[in-house]
Amino acid sequence: MQTELFSNTVWILVVLFFAFAIVGLFGNRLKPMLSGAISTVAILFSAVISYTTAYFYFFQDGMINGKYAMLIPFQHEWLKFSDTLVINMGIMIDPISVMMLVVVTTVSAMVHIYSFGYMKGEIGFERYYAFLSLFSFSMLGLVMSTNLFQMYIFWELVGVSSYLLIGFYYKKPSAVNASKKAFIVTRFADLGFLVGILLLSFYTRTFDFTTLLGPDSTAISSMAGLSFMGVSTISWVMILIFMGGAGKSAMFPLHIWLPDAMEGPTPVSALIHAATMVVAGVYLVARLFSIYIGAPEALAVIAFIGAFTSLFAAIIAVTQTDIKRVLAFSTISQIGYMMLALGVSGYGGEEGLGFMASMFHLFTHAMFKALLFLGAGAVIHAVHSNYMTEMGGLRKYLPITHITFLIAALAISGIPPFAGFFSKDEILVAAWANNPLYFWTEWFVAGLTAFYMFRLYFSVFWGENRNYEKKPHEAPVSMLIALVYLGIASAVVGFIPFSQFVTSDGIPFDIHFHWNIALPSIGIALVGIGIAAWMYLKPGNVADKMATSMPGVYKLSLNKFYIDEIYLWITHKIIFKGIAAPIAWFDRHVVDGSMNGIAWVTQQVSGRTKKLQSGQLQQYGYAMVLGAVAFVLLLLYWGAR
Amino acid sequence: MIEGIGVFDVLVVSTAMFFIGIYGFLVRKNLITILMSIELVLNSVNINFVVFNKYLYPDLLQGYMFALFAIGIAAAEAAVAIAIILNVFRKMKGIDVEHVDTMKY
Amino acid sequence: MDRLSLLVLVPALTMVIIAMFKDPKKVRLIAAVGMGVQLIQILFLLFAFFAERNAGNTSEMLFVTDVVWYQSLNIHYAVGIDGISVAMLLLTGIIVFVGVFASWEIEDRTQEFFITLILLATGVFGFFISLDLFTLFMFYELAVIPMYLLIGIWGSGPKEYSAMKLTLMLMGASALLLVGILGIYFNSAPDGGQLTFNFIEISKVNMPMEAQMFFFPLTFIGFGVLAAMYPFHTWSPDGHASAPTAVSMLHAGVLMKLGGYGALRIAIMLMPDAAHEMAWFFIILAVIGSVYGALGAVAQKDLKYINAYSSVSHLGLILFAALMFNQVAYEGAVLQMISHGLITALFFALIGMIYSRTHTRNIDEMGGLMKVMPVLGVAYMVAGFASLGLPGFSAFVAEMTIFVGSFQNTDLFTRVATVLVVSSIVITAVYILRAAGIMLYGPIKNKKFEMLPDARWYDKVAVFILIGVITGIGMFPGWLSNMIFTDLTPMFERMGN
Repeated sequence: MQTELFSNTVWILVVLFFAFAIVGLFGNRLKPMLSGAISTVAILFSAVISYTTAYFYFFQDGMINGKYAMLIPFQHEWLKFSDTLVINMGIMIDPISVMMLVVVTTVSAMVHIYSFGYMKGEIGFERYYAFLSLFSFSMLGLVMSTNLFQMYIFWELVGVSSYLLIGFYYKKPSAVNASKKAFIVTRFADLGFLVGILLLSFYTRTFDFTTLLGPDSTAISSMAGLSFMGVSTISWVMILIFMGGAGKSAMFPLHIWLPDAMEGPTPVSALIHAATMVVAGVYLVARLFSIYIGAPEALAVIAFIGAFTSLFAAIIAVTQTDIKRVLAFSTISQIGYMMLALGVSGYGGEEGLGFMASMFHLFTHAMFKALLFLGAGAVIHAVHSNYMTEMGGLRKYLPITHITFLIAALAISGIPPFAGFFSKDEILVAAWANNPLYFWTEWFVAGLTAFYMFRLYFSVFWGENRNYEKKPHEAPVSMLIALVYLGIASAVVGFIPFSQFVTSDGIPFDIHFHWNIALPSIGIALVGIGIAAWMYLKPGNVADKMATSMPGVYKLSLNKFYIDEIYLWITHKIIFKGIAAPIAWFDRHVVDGSMNGIAWVTQQVSGRTKKLQSGQLQQYGYAMVLGAVAFVLLLLYWGAR
Repeated sequence: MIEGIGVFDVLVVSTAMFFIGIYGFLVRKNLITILMSIELVLNSVNINFVVFNKYLYPDLLQGYMFALFAIGIAAAEAAVAIAIILNVFRKMKGIDVEHVDTMKY
Repeated sequence: MDRLSLLVLVPALTMVIIAMFKDPKKVRLIAAVGMGVQLIQILFLLFAFFAERNAGNTSEMLFVTDVVWYQSLNIHYAVGIDGISVAMLLLTGIIVFVGVFASWEIEDRTQEFFITLILLATGVFGFFISLDLFTLFMFYELAVIPMYLLIGIWGSGPKEYSAMKLTLMLMGASALLLVGILGIYFNSAPDGGQLTFNFIEISKVNMPMEAQMFFFPLTFIGFGVLAAMYPFHTWSPDGHASAPTAVSMLHAGVLMKLGGYGALRIAIMLMPDAAHEMAWFFIILAVIGSVYGALGAVAQKDLKYINAYSSVSHLGLILFAALMFNQVAYEGAVLQMISHGLITALFFALIGMIYSRTHTRNIDEMGGLMKVMPVLGVAYMVAGFASLGLPGFSAFVAEMTIFVGSFQNTDLFTRVATVLVVSSIVITAVYILRAAGIMLYGPIKNKKFEMLPDARWYDKVAVFILIGVITGIGMFPGWLSNMIFTDLTPMFERMGN
């Protein structure tokens, strides 16, 4: 019963792939609306299947012996390396994959609908929807993978979809550069991922998740006791795999591509760079969590990087003026939270609180971050600018956008009863249990989050009334549908008892409400909101005065700590000028030069030797006589011996 | 056998002739003179054959036969050489061997 | 007439028929038909091969024909195929067929061009079916020498220089190779018995170690030069750049694989002990080739040079895999030969099409071409993604197989070398996306390019066939990988002894 029902999920991938193929190949011959409709129908279909699968899994058939099981309704051998190392293509149904199904299809469906309004009339409308279908296909394939290599395959496909969508406005050089940067940074990260996979599979002799995972898996035991340069082998392997995740999830120092990725259309930013692709790294760690438990050094690294990144990004977000950049750094910061939560987590029951909190936050964050981006899109659509400095007082013109944006802002700031409060709270509890320093850092970041979010909110929707050249109009219906749906979601999903569904070992557990954590977190959020209100709600340049009073810090934050400049310097000066160009020169002049040199030597020798053929009869005669004499002498000499 | 003259003495003559001929071949400029030098060499070899036959193997005739053949071939070769020289003269109006050098690199 | 020798006969016949016509239109038609027949023949051969294997025929070589050619030296005309050679034949058949379409626009001395091109193809087909070293060498020479004419007459740029350099370097390699082959021949019967050139027979014999140590480097380098092994790869950039499109396609796509095939089948298979001893040195060269080739590509501005250095890099992977002594890695090497052949042929075809429109190969002079030539632009992006190893295309399958196989060797030296080679995928992404970004995206740089035509019917035939095969293998690799893996087993069983 279960397997048949859940095997319907394979249709998700089939339908989405065909949507991509049809719209991609024939889109320019169809009317744009039809192309959009094909893609949207495909994703809505997928969403329906996802919701029904979630319902049946969580409420009916998923629980076996008190534990949510890992079900595999579909699997097919794809490429065989050896008897044990096989890449299978399959579908896996387990708590986190079902959760991701819901998240991805929901946000993707909303983005599809929203884009009818946002991308209306744009050139390349069909191409846009084709790529959206490709992305949805790849992302869903990634979360449903049964096999580590299958996940890698879809991981790469997700990367390509992202490249194509960031570079959608390909006439703009900045977009082209951004897409290239995104792909190359994530590819570099994927290098670590690949090496990690290769090493892991060498020891465990399998790629298959059912064999690799679970408390009694062979993964940990196969590498037990091995170490390299003082750190256990399993930790090395898992850190390498994490490197891939860090790239996709824009963790420091591989975060540089995400702000630039805002060059893509805003719905793309909502879908890919807020809610789905960027959480792939978190998903990866969650998926392999039972192996990570055996690699505590790796988890420590993950926790540290998560915490550091969340603080780092939040500081930068405080000074940015482009709405999308603020949201991008906010995303990086929130994903840092998710990584931290995983890093401090244990396994099983209450120990696994961090895991549960991370997944919960992934879920809620997807809802409200997508909403924030789509709302920002509505604002940009109305005002034709990305910059907060050119906006203000928009609450009068964009009422629905305003309300939904406010809900999302409250959610991300962790104000109850909105979604973010519950998930962030659980993370803080887990952090406190592991290391108070992490707790205080994330507590502070929560305050910063509230601050920069409401800075954004107040600057855009309140403040002085500007004279807009064209009166800003509210978003069209298609966009509003998405905003409203996600707004309701952001308000409500906090109440889902997540620990009954998604846990580190599949066994539900109960969570208790910790007032000693909740109150400080609400408190710091209110403080942040208050400061933002004080600075941006009133007229007068309080903000500018603060900026000029701390010029060093302000500049560092505004310029994103100059990390981009460092990368550019490394790639241009060192790699291009310092390594690639000299190699090309060396190849042309030294290696090829030696080949040419051999030819030159041959020519020189030939030039000298040809003088023997002088055409002079008597010279030939001389040679013959000398030769004959030499020959005779030789014979005599040898004869005498 | 000839009274009073030994093999060695005759061989001295023929060797002298041989090397004079070679010297002439290598040094002289005129093609005709080179041809004469070649004849000297051939004839010196003939003398060698005859002397060995007469003094060392008196009852055999191979040496004489070979000498006769050599004379005949020398004559033929001289004829061909003269023909070549005549043609060279017609082409180049001179028969200096240093000018006959078109077949070079 | 056995069906394998038909593979040599059909092209020969095509050449003869072409010789009777001077009109370019007729010549092209005959060439297309001839090579089409050849491709169909190969497809039938593939099916027949599968049928034989499925019926349980497990002999190493199938469809064998063996005719004594020169009794006293025991030279035979011996032909036969196994899974690996049939895959290579398929590759060649496809690329030669596509190459005819890519040469559709040649007007100058069309008849001679196609005759020389098909002569080259004949040599390649013959090479892959040969079982006798002498016959193999003969076909090898037959394949290499027409390159001189093809580049020197129909090429562009410093064509005489490139043609001369290419031919002389490859001839130098052939000289080494000949010494190697003769060395193998004279050591082919260490326990007494008749000397033989048949490499299947020789592979069953253990050549004495001193002989192996001397002749292995000669043979390996001899084949390696053709496979663009560092530091003897420099004929490749200039050669490819100056060659006309179809010639580049054939050369990079097929001819350079003769080197890989030879290195695997002959150098390593016949002299495995020496290969083990000397592997470290050649591994270093292969790693340098892979990484250095990719870095060199980053600095290039000419499309053909980018692709030529890219080929050096990807071929380095083949040689690297061949030195891993691991069945999975060898399977990967063969897959990479096929995959890279198709992808590089696609690239050269596209570059030729772009060049014939813009009359420049310098990417700095082009920009925004995606808007002007969407079909060609998208095809180029597909080729680019295929080349950097995106899943869904054949290169991913090939490269991953190589990496997985190589990782099975546990010594630190090989591990480090493998990691370096894996890192070349990042550099590949850099130069591919850089070139595509400058050339296809951004604003249109040269106003005159705005009116350029997109792909014509013969361009589309060439491009779509290649993309189709690359994607087909990329999405459904099982049949091919299983076929190659199975047919590598006899070789490995012997090498294990």
